Amino acid sequence: MSQMVQDSIANQVAEDTGLGLRRKLTQEFWFFMFRLAVVINGLALFIIVGYMVYYGLPAISWDFLTGMPTEGGLAGGILPCIMGTFYLSLGSMMLALPMGVASAIYLHEYARPGLAMRIIRLAINNLAGVPSVVFGLFGMAFFVASRDLGGLGMGVSIASGSLTLAVLILPVIIGTSEEALRSVPDTYREASLGLGATKWQTIVKVVLPAALPGVLTGSILSISRAAGETAAIMFTAAASYNPQLAESIFDEVMALPYQIYSLSVSSTDPERTLPLQYGTSLVLISLVLGMNLIAIILRSKLRKRLTK
Amino acid sequence: MLDRKKKENLIRGAFFITASISIIALGLIIYFLVSEALPTFTGFDAMGELHGGVSFFDFIFGTQWKPISEHPQWGIMPLIMGSVWVTLLSSLIAIPLGVMTAVYLAEIAPNKVREIVKPMVELLASLPSVVIGFFGLAVVAPILLDLFDVRFGVNMLNASIMLAFMAVPTITSIAEDAIHSVPDDLKEGSLALGATHFETIRRVVLPASLSGLSTAVILGMSRSIGETMVVLMVAGGAARIPTSIFDPVRPMPASIAAEMGETSFGLERHYFALFAIAMVLFIITFLFNLLADHIAHKYKQVGAATL
Repeated sequence: MSQMVQDSIANQVAEDTGLGLRRKLTQEFWFFMFRLAVVINGLALFIIVGYMVYYGLPAISWDFLTGMPTEGGLAGGILPCIMGTFYLSLGSMMLALPMGVASAIYLHEYARPGLAMRIIRLAINNLAGVPSVVFGLFGMAFFVASRDLGGLGMGVSIASGSLTLAVLILPVIIGTSEEALRSVPDTYREASLGLGATKWQTIVKVVLPAALPGVLTGSILSISRAAGETAAIMFTAAASYNPQLAESIFDEVMALPYQIYSLSVSSTDPERTLPLQYGTSLVLISLVLGMNLIAIILRSKLRKRLTK
Repeated sequence: MLDRKKKENLIRGAFFITASISIIALGLIIYFLVSEALPTFTGFDAMGELHGGVSFFDFIFGTQWKPISEHPQWGIMPLIMGSVWVTLLSSLIAIPLGVMTAVYLAEIAPNKVREIVKPMVELLASLPSVVIGFFGLAVVAPILLDLFDVRFGVNMLNASIMLAFMAVPTITSIAEDAIHSVPDDLKEGSLALGATHFETIRRVVLPASLSGLSTAVILGMSRSIGETMVVLMVAGGAARIPTSIFDPVRPMPASIAAEMGETSFGLERHYFALFAIAMVLFIITFLFNLLADHIAHKYKQVGAATL
């Protein structure tokens, strides 16, 4: 039933019973509060982004984006941070995407409701709720720590950071991929199976291509999540000052989010570091919000196509 | 034909193993947390030097957290209280804001407005926590200092406000789904009885979606309690049990993140104690998630039967 019909019926009834005004005013008041809540959220987003743009833009120049940091990160550019963030998000995506999509395929195409499925889902939900600093400690004890201390001995490096981030974004990828699979109509599967294709052939040739845009949306969202993550890379990948580009996956790297944090704790001269922090924040949120916007637009196009 | 079947089974098995990776990952996280936390309680031997353990009770209920003093003390109650208060205060802001936004989106918003507001909430959710922390530090802290006669701009209130805006999108999106799934005939019944739209929302829609709303609130709070960068940057960092909302606090994640860099790997009590804090934090968020999962399954909204 449409909202307008609902409202007009309610209004009509309220007027007829003669008790209308007070009840109507109560409704007006609360509807105003609901709208206010939305406005507050919008303002929060607008103000945060606004501050970063207003104070960040003056700090951004070609040299800032493509230069090396100098004086312990207190001056110069942020190229190594941009590249570090790029490597980490790309690395975690390459690890998590195949595993996440395969998990989603199992859950949606193969698994039957039962104990095994319930446990897998429970694990995924809980993995999604693990605090990022706990992921950081886990990565440190498992990937970074040397062999004789019980770890894999990869050191503080792109490899350790990517692996840690991969575990962190895995639940996101599984969730969005499952949604993408759900949006593929069952008639597609039935048609393919009816033509004599096996389940595997159906998944590879019919279901996955149809779900691809949705999977793509999910991957963009998780890349942006990985790019903005700080606590998980703090002890696994990030260096506060390392003014060179990584040469191997076992190098430690600077990263945009960690740079923002480390400048704010190490700074003794806010006048000098604030513009750098605003500039770095602006670069980071442009990346993250940009990717999210692309994902949102992709998804809404997709929904329109599906409802047609 | 038999071969084809065999191949299908193999593929199915391969997918099952991949899907189990989430269980394995969660298992590994638990294993490493526990094994690195245990020496805190059992004592350990580092380079021939013996260190005694702290009892679990003293660790949780001790009121002094002094890891690097000459006579170190390992009570994490101030950190737990820091987390609890920051989470409660931020929930006071985030729950009404999140639920009201959800009601607006699900019940009132015209389609065109919804198409703008929903992405807006998602963008708010996607802001990196370190940027929100930096905003709290560089913008909100000076404002708090100006507005109130307080000593620290980075304090419990600042952290709670910043955390609230990180929890709102979580609460909104889950609550909106819950409100959406209230069947139309319930609403129509209420309207037909002469209730206004708001009365219907309050007396029918919200009660009918209560289980989904609880899930939303629990997951929102779980997100706040585990959020690290914001409390690391704007909570103030004092490991004392707070007495006012303007007190600086040191919630558990902040303690872990701030101090881990100062310890040496696997050799110091401090290192193990930080893992023990992480274990406590993990247990808390784990319980929150189990609770949310339980509510979602047990009180599944199935049509009018929920009322």
